[in-house]
Amino acid sequence: MAWQIMVYKLSEGMLESIKIYTLTLIFSLPLGLIVALCRMSKNWLLRNFTKLYISIMRGTPLILQLMVVYFGPYYIFKITLPRGYRFIAVIIGFVFNYAAYFGEIYRGGIESIDSGQYDAAKVLGYNKAQTFMRIILPQVIKRVLPSITNEVITLIKDTSLAFAISYPEMFTVAKAISAAQTTMLPFVTAGIFYYIFNLLVAYTMEWIEKKMSVYR
Amino acid sequence: MKLLEVKNLKKNFGSLEVIKDLSFSVEEGKVVGIIGPSGSGKSTLLRCISFLEKIDSGELLYMGESAVTTGTDGRANYAEKEKLRQIQRYFGLVFQNFNLFPHFSVIKNVTDAIITVQKKPIDEAMETGRELLDKMGLSDKVDAYPWQLSGGQQQRVSIARALATKPRMLFFDEPTSALDPELTGEILKVIRGLADDNMTMIIVTHEMNFAKNVADYIIFMDDGLIVEEGPPKMLFENPQNGRTQAFLNKFVS
Ligand SMILES: Nc1ncnc2c1ncn2[C@@H]1O[C@H](COP(=O)(O)OP(=O)(O)O)[C@@H](O)[C@H]1O
Ligand SMILES: [Mg+2]
Repeated sequence: MAWQIMVYKLSEGMLESIKIYTLTLIFSLPLGLIVALCRMSKNWLLRNFTKLYISIMRGTPLILQLMVVYFGPYYIFKITLPRGYRFIAVIIGFVFNYAAYFGEIYRGGIESIDSGQYDAAKVLGYNKAQTFMRIILPQVIKRVLPSITNEVITLIKDTSLAFAISYPEMFTVAKAISAAQTTMLPFVTAGIFYYIFNLLVAYTMEWIEKKMSVYR
Repeated sequence: MKLLEVKNLKKNFGSLEVIKDLSFSVEEGKVVGIIGPSGSGKSTLLRCISFLEKIDSGELLYMGESAVTTGTDGRANYAEKEKLRQIQRYFGLVFQNFNLFPHFSVIKNVTDAIITVQKKPIDEAMETGRELLDKMGLSDKVDAYPWQLSGGQQQRVSIARALATKPRMLFFDEPTSALDPELTGEILKVIRGLADDNMTMIIVTHEMNFAKNVADYIIFMDDGLIVEEGPPKMLFENPQNGRTQAFLNKFVS
């Protein structure tokens, strides 16, 4: 196989990785906020259910979670799902896993905000939603940004776990080419691609952190 | 006219009775100074009349409108949400440690509530904000962030923020206690200016000279009760109660 074809096929895989990456962040970043709020809810059932969900997501391998989401409906409920379900399963698996991690990060951030901020907002007449959205959340985001950066960088590498259910993202493609051609070259190339992706994300996060450094 | 009436206020934290049975009122344009040892319940009192803490029993009236009543069962009954929201606009609170919003610039700290909560047009709000900051001597700090300011400047911003909502009365909880001694003067000057403009105020303070000069009426609190009250001249120069005398003696130097 000519190296141009290999690079082309890997690029196609890379595109799939980026798709997984982007969709996971789009859904899990906001969902994590809901997870955090449920985790801190006054409702015993909701709070403890969320606690259990988080502990399962963090206490079992992501690769196993992906397999449960993909194979579960068939083996447990005997439901046959359409072919496109493979991609949906990948997204569901990643979103629920990352939302748990983001949820705990947000919770730490929310709990670190001084209660005086709520007092000041209340006396000034802000209602609960306004207080959270305008006063609390922006401060939380700034505080948790370094932890979020860690996760979004880990996610780049984690997208390769989709190989467990044979979703054709970059790592799966690299593995296939490598097996057919008995060469390490696809893995090395994929490694370089992951690394460049990483640099771009790290640079973006650094830029956001700098933008937010005007306030403390 | 009485802007605030507090009747038989009681507040417990669990089994701890912090405010035992406390009544007083504030006339329009008057300044009430509250003094007393630390832990006597002064902050809790201000938090109760600012709706930051729920009272256990008693009555609270603002401009003659009832916010909390207590029936025969002895339990406090709060008015409905809308009513409380409306009454809340009658007062502002200035905190000991400012509680400015660190992610907002100075001008945004002052104007955000009137834009977001009171739905004032932005240019009108900015105008109000600039005027207030000008009055506080902060016209050159409009676009600064709180962390770039001294404690005294931060406290002046927080006073401007409280004034922006156009309250009928202002409550201060030890407004100079978190400041370096050389910065207390500038805050006291600002509050004195407000008193000259006939702002109705309740000021919890440890600055005895200031209380003596600015307040029209002094309340001495100890252990959740009003131990002694009266015009400053009387209370400071001729205290009747032994606890008042002992407390004031600590400030004579
Ligand atoms: N949120 C709270 N929970 C429990 N106890 C409190 C709380 N706030 C204040 N207290 C207690 O109430 C008493 C009065 O406190 P405070 O009102 O802050 O007094 P002061 O402002 O006069 O120093 C103190 O014993 C304090 O420990
Ligand atoms: Mg206090």
